[in-house]
Parts: sequence; C-alpha cells; structure tokens
Amino acid sequence: MQLFPCPFCGPRDETEFHYGGDAGNIRPDGADVPIDRWAEYLYLRGNPKGTAREIWVHMICGEFFVMGRDTITHKVLSSAALDGEHAA
Amino acid sequence: MTASRLATGGSAIDRSRPIRFSFDGATVHGFAGDTIASALLAGDVAVVGRSFKYHRPRGIWGAGVEEPNALVDLGGSVPAKPNTRATTEPARDGLVAKSVNATPSALADRNAFLDRFARFIPAAFYYKTFMWPDWHRFEPRIRAMAGLGTVDADWISPGTADQINHHCDVLVVGAGPAGLAAARLASGAGLTVTLVDDQHSPGGSLGHRAAEIDGKPAAVWVKETIAELAAGGHLILPSTIAFGIYDHNLVGLNQRHLDGRPDTLWRVRPRQIVLAAGAIERPLPFANNDLPGILSADAALAYLRRHAVLVGRRIVVATSNDSAYEVAGALAEAGAEVRLVDIRRDGTPAAPANVRLAKGRSLISASGRLRVDGVTLDDGTRFDADCVLISGGWTPTIHLFGQAKGKLAWSEARAAFLPGDPVDNIAVAGAAAGAVSLSEVFAGASTAVASLGQTKAPLPRSTGPEATDGIVAAWPMPGSKGRIWIDYQNDVTVKDVELAARENFVSVEHLKRYTTLGMATDQGKTSNLPGLALMAGITGRTVPEVGTTTYRPPFTPVPLASFAGTRVGELMAPVRRLPLENVHRANGAVFQEYGGWLRPAHYGGYADAERSIADEARRARQSVALFDGSTLGKIEVIGPQAAAFVDFLYYNTMSTLKPGRCRYGFMLSENGVVFDDGVLVRLDEHRFVVSCSSSHVAAVHARLEEWRQDRFGRDAVYIHNATSDMATLTVSGPNSRKLLETLGLGLSLDDADLPHMAIAHGTYAGDDVRIARVSFTGDRSYEISIRADRAEPLWAHLREAGQALEAVDIGLEALMILRAEKGFIVIGKDTDGTTLPHDLGVDGPRAKRQSEFVGRRSLFTEEASRGNRMQLVGLAVPQGDAPLPTGAHGIKRSDGRVHSQGFVTSSYQSPTLGRPVALGLIERGATRHGETIDIQHLGKISKATITAPCAFDPAGERLHA
Repeated sequence: MQLFPCPFCGPRDETEFHYGGDAGNIRPDGADVPIDRWAEYLYLRGNPKGTAREIWVHMICGEFFVMGRDTITHKVLSSAALDGEHAA
Repeated sequence: MTASRLATGGSAIDRSRPIRFSFDGATVHGFAGDTIASALLAGDVAVVGRSFKYHRPRGIWGAGVEEPNALVDLGGSVPAKPNTRATTEPARDGLVAKSVNATPSALADRNAFLDRFARFIPAAFYYKTFMWPDWHRFEPRIRAMAGLGTVDADWISPGTADQINHHCDVLVVGAGPAGLAAARLASGAGLTVTLVDDQHSPGGSLGHRAAEIDGKPAAVWVKETIAELAAGGHLILPSTIAFGIYDHNLVGLNQRHLDGRPDTLWRVRPRQIVLAAGAIERPLPFANNDLPGILSADAALAYLRRHAVLVGRRIVVATSNDSAYEVAGALAEAGAEVRLVDIRRDGTPAAPANVRLAKGRSLISASGRLRVDGVTLDDGTRFDADCVLISGGWTPTIHLFGQAKGKLAWSEARAAFLPGDPVDNIAVAGAAAGAVSLSEVFAGASTAVASLGQTKAPLPRSTGPEATDGIVAAWPMPGSKGRIWIDYQNDVTVKDVELAARENFVSVEHLKRYTTLGMATDQGKTSNLPGLALMAGITGRTVPEVGTTTYRPPFTPVPLASFAGTRVGELMAPVRRLPLENVHRANGAVFQEYGGWLRPAHYGGYADAERSIADEARRARQSVALFDGSTLGKIEVIGPQAAAFVDFLYYNTMSTLKPGRCRYGFMLSENGVVFDDGVLVRLDEHRFVVSCSSSHVAAVHARLEEWRQDRFGRDAVYIHNATSDMATLTVSGPNSRKLLETLGLGLSLDDADLPHMAIAHGTYAGDDVRIARVSFTGDRSYEISIRADRAEPLWAHLREAGQALEAVDIGLEALMILRAEKGFIVIGKDTDGTTLPHDLGVDGPRAKRQSEFVGRRSLFTEEASRGNRMQLVGLAVPQGDAPLPTGAHGIKRSDGRVHSQGFVTSSYQSPTLGRPVALGLIERGATRHGETIDIQHLGKISKATITAPCAFDPAGERLHA
C-alpha cells in the first residue's frame, strides 16, 4: 500500500486515488489537428522506467495533481496541484 | 513408550493446569503452556499426518513456524481453522485436532498404499499422464487423494476480523536476544517501539539455549527487558507474525488470539524496521529422512527445556555444525542414550558428557515403518534408535528483507544467504544477519539502531557460554541412493530435482513450479536452500549462481477473513440508497441494484414480475405514472466561465441555452465515443445543472473536475455534486399536469409559462422545489426536485391525489419499456465503446460547431467517417413473433460465410402497442429503414425489419397532450 501526498489532504492510502494519465500530455485543439498528432495525444505513452510525471486524482476531495514518481522503486518524488497539464 | 514427559522442568508449562483435547479421535493430555505438538510428543504420538502425494507417515519436525509436517484442522472448542501448525498452536481444553490428508486417521490412512507406487509417480506425473481425454475428468479424484486440510464449510465466524492501523518509530520483528536488545536500545533513544514475536512468550532461542546476560540467567533478562519496554509504553505483540512488507514501509502483522476471536490484521507504518527473526534449522540429506521420529535437533532441545518432553530414549544426533552439541549434551543429561554423528572430522567441539561421538561420519539411511527404528552410517555401521535428531545448518529468516527487494549475499562460511546491500528503513540483526554468538548478536542489534539516535540504554553483555557454528555444508548430492526428501510438505525428493534438471527446468523458479518444491503452507522454510544447492550440484553451478526464488508475502498463512475485515456481506460493495426506500418498500416495491443504486424494479402488483412490469408500463400511458428519479445526477456548474465550460464538455452547443431552459445533449470521450447523455439545465446566466446518468455521476463529476482544474482554472468555474441533496420525483402521463395542480406549488403550470424543456421554481410545504419539464417516457412529464429529507410528504401527496386519476407507481423496468417504445437510448446499453454521436443520428454539432469540445477531432477520422458504421435503428418483428433476444446478431452472408452486421441492444414487449419493440445497432442502419434482415440467436434465425428508433408517437404529440 503506497502513500500518496495529496496537495490538499496530505499523505493518504493509494486506494483513495485514481490514476489520471501522463502529465504534460498537451491537448491539441481544433478539428484540423494533424491526425498523427491527435493519435499521439490519445494513445502514445512513454511508459517510462524510472522517473515519471503523472496526473492523479484524490477521489475523496476531488483534487487533481501532478505526482513525480519512480516507477521502479515506487518512491514519490514530488506532488503539486494540477494546472494546465493538458493545455498548450 | 519412547517419547515421554519428564517428572520435573519445562519453563513454558504449568503442571497445575492439566488440559485435554482430541487428536484424530484419541484423547491427548497436556498442560497449559503446551502446544498441540508438545502435548502429542509427550503422549508419544509419532505419526501426526500423511504426506501430500505419497501418503507417507509423517511426524513432528520442528517447534515453530517452519513446521512442514504437523498440520492439523482445528475445531471443537476453538474456531475452525484448516492447516494449522501444531507446533505453534497452543493446546486448549476441548480442542479437536484432525490430521490432514489422512482417512480415517494419520496412523491408519487408507491411501497409504500409494507410497508403494511412488516410483511411478514422480514430479509432474499427473500433468504428463492425465492429458487424454481431459485433465478435468481426473482432477476431482486426484485432488481428493492429495493435498492438505479441509475447510469446515459449516463453521460460521462469530464476528468479523479486526484491522488496526498503527504507526511507530521502530518495528522490531522477533523478540529473541537481537530483537529485545534492539527494542531496548531504540527505547533508550526516545523512540516508540512495536515489538512482535511469533511465539506466545518472548525470548526466542533464549527460551531453550544456555545463555547468561549481564550476569543474569537469560530468562530473567528477558523478563526484565519485556517489563521495561511495557513500562515505557511500547507495544508488545506476542503470537504475532510480520508476514509481509509492502510499498512505502507498510508491514502486515497477523495476530492470533486465544479467546476465539478471529485473527487481527495490523497495518503498521514504522519509520524503521529491525528484522530480528532468527534462523531456521535445516534437515540433513539421507534416505528415508522423512520418517516419524526424525526431528530438528534444535526443536528437540526446545521441547526438552520448555515442555519437559524427552523426544526419545535411544537418540542419534547427526550434525554438520556445532549447534547440535548442546542438544546432545542436554538429552544425555535428561537420561537418554545419545550418539552424536558429526560429518566433520576435525575442528569439532569436545563430545558432551555421556555422549558417544562419531566424527567424520554421516547418515546414509534411516529405517522404520511408522517411525524410525535405526540408522545406517556411511561406513556401514548401524545404530538402533527410536529418535533421530538432525542439524544441517541454519537458514536466516530474512523474508521481509527479501520481500523488500533486498539483495542476498552468499556466505560460504555460514553456508547460507545473508542480507546483502542494505535496504532503506530495514536493518537486519541477530541470527537473521548470520550472527552466531550472543556477543555478535548484541553488537548487530546496536548497529541496527545506531542511525536512529543516541541511546541512553546500555548494550547488553553476554556473560555466559557463547555459541559457535563451524558448519561444513552437507548438501544433498546428485546420484544418491534411496529416497532422500528435500521438501517434506510437497513430497519432493532428490530424484524429483534430478528429473527437473534432466527436463531442463534448471532455473530455480522453474524448479519450484515443476516439482512444487517450496510451495504450500510452509513455503519451503526448511527445503528451499537444500533444493537449490542440489540443483547447483547437478548443473555444476555455485549456490549463488542458482539463486533463490522471489520472496513474496505472506511469510506464514494469513486467514482471508483478516484481509476482508468488515468488508463482508452487504458491506462488500455497499449500494447507494434512495431517500424514499422505506416508503417504496411499504408500497410493495421489489428492489434491484442498478449501477450501484438500489431502486424499485417494480411494485409487485402481481405475483408474476413480468406481468407487474407490463401493467405498470401500460397504465403509465393511460393516465399518470409516479417514478422516483432521485438517482439522476445533479451536478451544479457555477461561475463566470460556466457557459464556456459546458460548451467544451458537451458535444452540443450549450451556451445558447436561455436561463430557465433545458437541453438534451451528449458528453463524449476524447476518442469521440458517447460517454454520457442527459439534460443540461440553465438556472441562470452563470449556473447550470448537469443531469447525468444515475450510474455515471461519479465519473462525470471527476471529468468535470479535471477539465475545471486543468484547463479552465479553479476561479473560472465551481462544481458541486448535489445529486444526493435532492430527491427527484417524476410525474409522467397525459394527466400529469392535472395531478401537479393539486400540489399547490405556487407557480403557473400553463404550457405558455412552463413549456416542454423549461424549468420553474415553486414551494411545497414551505420548501423550495424545482420543476423541470423533461421527459424520458415520451409523455408530458414533470420532474419535481425537493430537499431529500422533505420528499416523503410530497410523494405521499402525489399518491393520495393520484388515486382519483388511477395513478400508478412505476419501477425502473417499466420505465425501460416506455423509453424503448420511444427509441430513447441508454448509454452503455444501446451504445458501446465504439459508438459516435452521429451513429445515433445526432450529426448537427459535428457538421456545424466551430468551437472546441471534448472528443471533437476524433469525429473526423477515417474510422469516424467510414460508410458502413453501425447506426441506431428500431427493429420490428413479423406479427405474432416474440420479442427479439437482446444481444442477438443481425447477420449477412457473403463468400458462403455468415457475418454479423450489428446486434439488438434493447428489446421488450410493448403492452401499449401490443407488439414487441426493439432497438439495435446495425451497419448503415439509418439508410436502410424498411429492409428486412436475418437475426441469429443461439443458432436460430428469425426476421426483423429495420425501422426508425421511435415506435410510439413518432410526432411527439404526447409531450404536449
């Protein structure tokens, strides 16, 4: 059971959180976005081994936030409120 | 008699408190403080179980958690529990213990004949043999003949298992000399300590090994140290095993109770773990080394000193290290005739008094049928013996370290894997770290807690005899004669490991799966190392080259009830409940779960549910129906950018909606698929209510929050999920307005003031109510939302006034018929994970919208523009046909093969139309109205004609009737 730091509530059990995808996955707006670019936004993920930046939501308070995590050691490296992770 | 209870001694037992229990139907006598195993030994019960596969007679091996043989199914005066280790379970009055895998008893097992066929049943025999015609044909009988204990399905736990979360600075695992010393030093540094030990009394090896600490007998030092820790407010948990370590330093503890309570699960988050779990003695390899009467040498000493049980009269002790010398000496002193056989020629300690020592000799076989009666040495000498004690060295208990991905380091000197590079927050001390003498143990304990701060407690000093090791490895050798057991619990012999190697299962993980070496309840605590050392010998590798299998929790079995805790029965997945549930129950409602909500399926007007549902659906069209729609989502979106926000979230343009009006629309996923549908209400310029599907509220809420927090900003919009704040009571049907007029809501129900898709505000009995004219039935409908706790009088009023109009309560099943008659879809039922909005005939926004919205780009891909997409249609059946089965496929034939061209998504008998109605997703369906297609279900073909989705009142006149 991992402990995740919600920026709003502090450290809580991982069962209270849902994963929300890669952080920094910029959403390209518009009906004429090149299809490859749109596919990349929808489907292509780095699946990094080691340091990762991810969006998580604390289901208890509704806070979305960016968490830096090591996918090998499961160490939590950082945690910050979400702000424009999908925005260009 | 061979094993017996001595007249005096036994530090653990209380001779003034005799107890009686039964084992395999026979009465066993013991004393308080006995384990089941010590009482059985005192009663000279040699055979306590049958082996997993060959049904070989098996006796007690050890005196602790490592026990592979002495497993019993418990019952009687204690909670039923299968596969309980007799060596750790306290004997109690009235307890009923039954041996495992034996019928009728361990002594007279009727499957014992199987051992005579053992040479035909090697590892993997079953998999190789019972392949034809089908393994599953043989499986039940084979499973019944092999295996361990049986669950008592009739036994019901008196309560749920407790789960406790706990925090401390230091968790010390093991209350032996290392653990006690570490706990005391940590306490002296001002830290909070939790000390756990698997035994009922602390002390570990100090309970039976000679030692003197700080000039006091070890037992006194243990008692004083425990008292000091207890006085310091530290938590001490006996009968508790740290069974697993999980992410971020979470340790799971399994605490057993003697009072019948279910085991307690502790979830501990210590800052630091001190692992002082000791070491486990290994057997020696020789033929028939599994006979009853062959025990771990250290266990025999524990039984002697703790329980005053002398395990035999003529005892052979065989060893590869120094630890068995104390055992041999003590047994001789207690009156047994003892021979000591040491594989080492040189460097052995002196023979203890009255013990005859044979140096440089090893056992090659043991003889006996139901118990050992003698041994043969490698020089051909034979000794008679009623008990053989063996010590093949010590395996450090480093499971928690291994589970935490700690690397192990092979020590040739200790013939064991020791903890290697340190792991964060875990220090290993004592025998678990390879320490032998008490001085080494205490020095290690000091190092383990040194980083935690300056301690005021003095380091204990060993002032008595010091243990030595001097081990010479004695691994099982390839090509050995006879049946040499590696794994007692799984019946794995040297020959099985050799077979595995021949068939190239040489990786230690493959070896485990192929032979089952190291599986089952003991997880190879005594067998893993000999097994992999043998594999090393066979394949010409070193032991560290072969390596160990992955360490995984749990260290010892943990009852599933511990993990379940209170999440049993209704609490397993709690349903959401309507505020008016009790009212509906009183009115005869039959409840079902729909998307997590417990809702009336129908109101049970007839004994036959189908007839009740049809009757509700028919009467709803005739006059007026009452429906509890409280589960409908009510998520408020408030703020200066609320209109732009809903525009982005919805497929349809919503910002053009006028205050006081409603609009139906879709929300899409970013891949364009329809995610939810519902009505959006605009309360005022900057305030909307999102009415999403009942089962989708949490998901829609989360989606709104994500886009709010990430794209629009926290100050731009505010979102409040008000779903459970209000009850929503729906009045539908031609007479709905007439019924509403009786409520005196203080508002105009005139269609000019409250047209379809508009809202109005009023009051009922002093409470604000919101009326929305939206319809999921196709009839004139009003949704009345009121404070949830004030809904009951309003519902009662509607029912009462409704009597004159022949109003009917309808459940969700009738509503499903009504909406299907109208062609109104349910997302996830009439759509799937590929359905795009234009597949449902809603193409306007896709064609016209200029502004950005979720999922937009995905509506213009090649896939989205494909001409043969599945589209929503109605399906009519020939007169007299029954309703189509939901899920049936529309089929077409080409190249002599049958292909699906879509499927039926909803299908009902319409009581109003007097014929079946159905919805489906069919290829190019929107352009094929009037075409008749074949429908296939379970091999049967029927016909259906593609129609528009709406089968009832296509002009929509009833909305205004």
